[in-house]
Formats: sequence, C-alpha cells, structure tokens
Amino acid sequence: MAQLILYGLIYGGIISLGAIGLTLIARILRFSHFAHGDMMALGAYLALLFRVTFGFPMWVSAVAAVVLTAVAAVAIDRVFYKPLRRTGPTILLIASVGVALVLRHVIQFFWGAAPQVYQRGVERPWIIMGLRIRPVQAWILIMAVLLVAGVWLFLQKTKMGKAMRAMADNMDLAAVSGIDTERMIVWTWVLGAALAAAAGIMLGLDTQLRPAMGWLMLLPLFAAAILGGLGNPYGAIAGGMIIALAQELSTLVFNTAYKPAVSFVLMVLLLLLRPQGLFGGRA
Amino acid sequence: MEWGGIVGYGLFLLIYGGIYAISALGLNVQWGYTGLFNIGVGGFFLVGAYTSAIMTKGPDFSHLGGFGQPFVVGVLAGGVLAAVLALLIGIPTLRLRGDYLAIATIGIAETLRLIVTNEQWLTAGVWGIGGIPKPLFSTFGSAYNAFYAVLVLAVMGLVYFAIERGIRSPWGRVLKAIREDETVAQAVGKDIFRFKLQALVLGAFFMGVAGALFAHFVGYISPEAFEPMNATFLVWVMLIVGGSGNSKGAILGAFIVWVIWSGTEFVAAALPPTLGPRAHALRIILIGLLLMIMLLVRPQGVLGEERQVSKLLRPGDGSRQASAGG
Repeated sequence: MAQLILYGLIYGGIISLGAIGLTLIARILRFSHFAHGDMMALGAYLALLFRVTFGFPMWVSAVAAVVLTAVAAVAIDRVFYKPLRRTGPTILLIASVGVALVLRHVIQFFWGAAPQVYQRGVERPWIIMGLRIRPVQAWILIMAVLLVAGVWLFLQKTKMGKAMRAMADNMDLAAVSGIDTERMIVWTWVLGAALAAAAGIMLGLDTQLRPAMGWLMLLPLFAAAILGGLGNPYGAIAGGMIIALAQELSTLVFNTAYKPAVSFVLMVLLLLLRPQGLFGGRA
Repeated sequence: MEWGGIVGYGLFLLIYGGIYAISALGLNVQWGYTGLFNIGVGGFFLVGAYTSAIMTKGPDFSHLGGFGQPFVVGVLAGGVLAAVLALLIGIPTLRLRGDYLAIATIGIAETLRLIVTNEQWLTAGVWGIGGIPKPLFSTFGSAYNAFYAVLVLAVMGLVYFAIERGIRSPWGRVLKAIREDETVAQAVGKDIFRFKLQALVLGAFFMGVAGALFAHFVGYISPEAFEPMNATFLVWVMLIVGGSGNSKGAILGAFIVWVIWSGTEFVAAALPPTLGPRAHALRIILIGLLLMIMLLVRPQGVLGEERQVSKLLRPGDGSRQASAGG
C-alpha cells in the first residue's frame, strides 16, 4: 500500500508536469491540445537521440531535448495552429488531433515501433524504511518537485508568469492592460512543451519508450487538468497527484490493464458531480 | 493489372468506401450539422462490430456467443448498442463545453479497446473473433463481393435519405441553429440538450451499423482493427475533405480518402522491404498532412455546405431573377 502510494507520487509528478502545460494552453489559447501527450513522447525520443545515438550524458540529452521540443512546439504553432486561430477553437481541436497522429508516426518512422530504453541493465532498488525505490525513480521525484516549484515561482514571482496567469484569467482584460498576447502565446508554448518534454523523459526513464506512450498519457493528462479546474495550473498539479494515486491504488481491486480507464471514470464522475473542477475555476 | 484485378479493387472500393461513408454520414449529423465533437468514432464502430459478431455467431467456446441471430438483427443490435453508449456518454457531457465531449468520447473509445482486449470471456481478447457469418454467402459464391457492395451501398443510400429528410425538417433546422449559436437556439425556447443528445445518439447508431457491416464483410475482428487511426481519424479526414455539413460531401469524402488511403498502400508496397515497417507510419503521416492542408487551404471541404433557402423564395423572385437568368 505505502509502496503503491510512492509509485503514485512518482507517476503523479509526471502527470502534473504534462497537465500544467495542457491547462495553460486550454485557458490561454482556448483549445484542448490533443497533441500534448505526443509532445511528451517527442521530448522523450529526442532525449534518446542525444543519449543513445550521440552518446551524451543523460542530463545534457534531457536539456537538449527539452529545448528542441519547445522549438518544435512553437514551429507547429506558427505553421498549423496560428493560421487556424481565427476560425475558432473547434477547428484547432481537430487540427491538434491531426498533429498528434503525425507526431506519433514521425516518431515511429524514425525510431521504429519496438520499445526502447535510455540505459540497459537492471538497477538494484534502494530500500528506505521498507519501501523500494530505484535510484532513477528518486531522481524523477526530485526533478518533478524542483520543476513544479520552479513553475510555481515563475507564475507567482516573475512578470511574465503574472502576465500568463492574467491571460489565463481574463484574455480581454490582459490585452487592454498592455500584455502582448501574441508574444505570451509563444511563451505559453515554450513553457508547456518544455514541461511536457521533461515529463516524457521522466516517463521514459521510469519505464520505457514507445511511440504510443504519449497517446496513452492523454487521458490521465486531461483528467488531471479537468480535475484541477481547466485553466488552473495549481489545480492541475493536485489533479495529477489524485489521478496517479487513484490509478496505482486501483490495482488493489482491478486488473492492472484497466489503469488508464480509472482516470477516465474519475473524470466522468467529476463532470457529472462538479463540472467546474475540484478547485474552483469556471467551466 | 489485368481486368479481374481492377474489378476486384473497384468492389473493395465500393464496400469499404460505403462502410466508411456510413460512418462519415453519422459524424456529419454530429459534427457537420450540430457541431458536436466526437473523437471516439472508433468506439461506436467497435461496439457495432463486436455486438453484431457475437449476436449472429453460433456457439463458440472462445468467447460469449451462441445466439445465432440473423444478419439483420445483428446489424440493428450493433447500431442500437452504439446508440445506447452515446446516450450514456452524452448525458454527463452535453451540458458542458464542447471539449469535454471530445475528451469523453476519446476516453470511451480507449476504454472499450481495453475491454475487448482484456475480457476474454466476452470477446476472445487479442485473438479476436473469427468466422463471423457472411449473409447469403452460399447463394452468391464467387460473386459475393458484388452482392456485398450492393448491400452496403443500399444501406448507405437509406442512411443518406433518412438524414436528408431529417435535416430538411424543423428538427434539422434546430440542429443547425445550435451549431451556429446555442444561446439563440435556447432563447427561442429549444431544449438544446435534448436536440444535441438526439444528434449524438443518431450519429452513433449509424457508426454502429457501419461497424457491423465491416465485421460481416471481413469475417474476423480483433482489437487491432479499431486503432484510433483507422476507425476515428480517417472518418474525420473524410468528412473534412468532402465537406462537413453536407451529406453528399461526407459520401464523396469517404470515397476520395479511401482511394488515397489504399493508394498509399500500393506506394508503400513499392518501397524497398527494409522500409517495410516504416511504410505504415509514412501512410499515416501523409493522411495527417492531407488534413492539415485541407484545413488551411479549403476548410469547407470539396463540396462545402449547401445553402438552404426557404421554398418561398423562388429563383423568379425580385432581384434574384437577373442573376438566375443570366
């Protein structure tokens, strides 16, 4: 049980990082970004490129992958999403489904469909107070906490972070206050994609890399974002933790294969009972 | 390619194009006319296929079965079960923002795929269900595909006329009003939740029927056949290419995109075998780019939506005469 909660925290950190970007994009760009999971996968595979193909150390590979994923996200926005932005959020949504499938299969084209890992060999887990944790999992947990704290400081203390929150809160008011909305959209993509890439790399470190890994993360990501009240980055963090814990604990009762369905069921229940999310926000 | 091959390909085109067209017609009711975001087309298609397969087969110990119902009962049951599923999904989500429906439909499609993969007693899991009866197979023998093409096209025609009638009725006008401006539709006293639910359920029924027709043609189904790419995304591309909000567009798009989709298979087959496994990925990238280009260049699709003008405004009226006569 305590072991499951520990795994839940690790997985929750990963989901939270992805859900923060998703929720900010949903609020600032006003559409549900269905390619967010596949952006995670892109980040994970770019890190694989630097780590395995070029032989860089893991942290260098991770930083390079995060930067490149952010660049890719801005490029995709310029080419595909920006021209469609005038036509309304519904078209953007279906366009992002298209981007998701293209990204996933670009990955499959270059890296193949077989699962891959950053590092071969089995790590001996540490045993701390009766709990088993692999060193790499400890790293993931520490990095996730640092990144979440970093995002919190950024949103809370920096001018840009405040502007981003203002835009998420009320787009028109932000625009008349002199916030350059188009520039902020670019920075929203940079932040969202960088966090997604970091989450994807952590997921790859924890388990393995598969082209479909991003698509499979989509439901937990959305469930976390909606649970936290779409548009609320702090809610997304809490939502990510709740979803991850629920998924891990569900294995006590249900077949492990149904883990992804748990987030879906939670989400539907929430939509029925409290559509604005657990933590306020406006639906 | 000799004549036999061309005729064979033509029949496949009619059958698969027709089946996809029925799905696209269903999506057109939901998205094209009512503006409902269903990204779980594959889920409804899957329910139709599995339901009809299980209903019509004789006893088989590898999965639930032994009902031995006739083909027509199976297909209708497939449609009805898909419709019931849509009802269950629509109730919690249709009062909320459109995105929630989109996420919920993806969720149900993925959950269904998990269920058919893991519940062996029900669906035989990854082994899939084989030996699905082909209606009147012994009667037509070698000309079977020709018969099935006629059957699929007949069902497609039926669905087309049913939708056209509905859309040109007051009911259809309410759907379009909801798509254009929900608040206005609500302000004139329409219960928009009920109309949306009806559109979602009706569209899902057609998707279920399409799934059933697919199952009876291929004779074997497994969870792999319902990957989100094949069963959902392709239908969306078809509707957008053909022209959403236009039933003829949905049909046209289905055939155009199926020709492109099967054409890329020939291209993939021509590639050196070392590229083999990659060819599938390349095909999907091409279809994805087709959607992107279409959205950017011609978002209304090949046909676009038909303008519907009141019957009282005949071409002979007033200033329209000049342009109509010229």
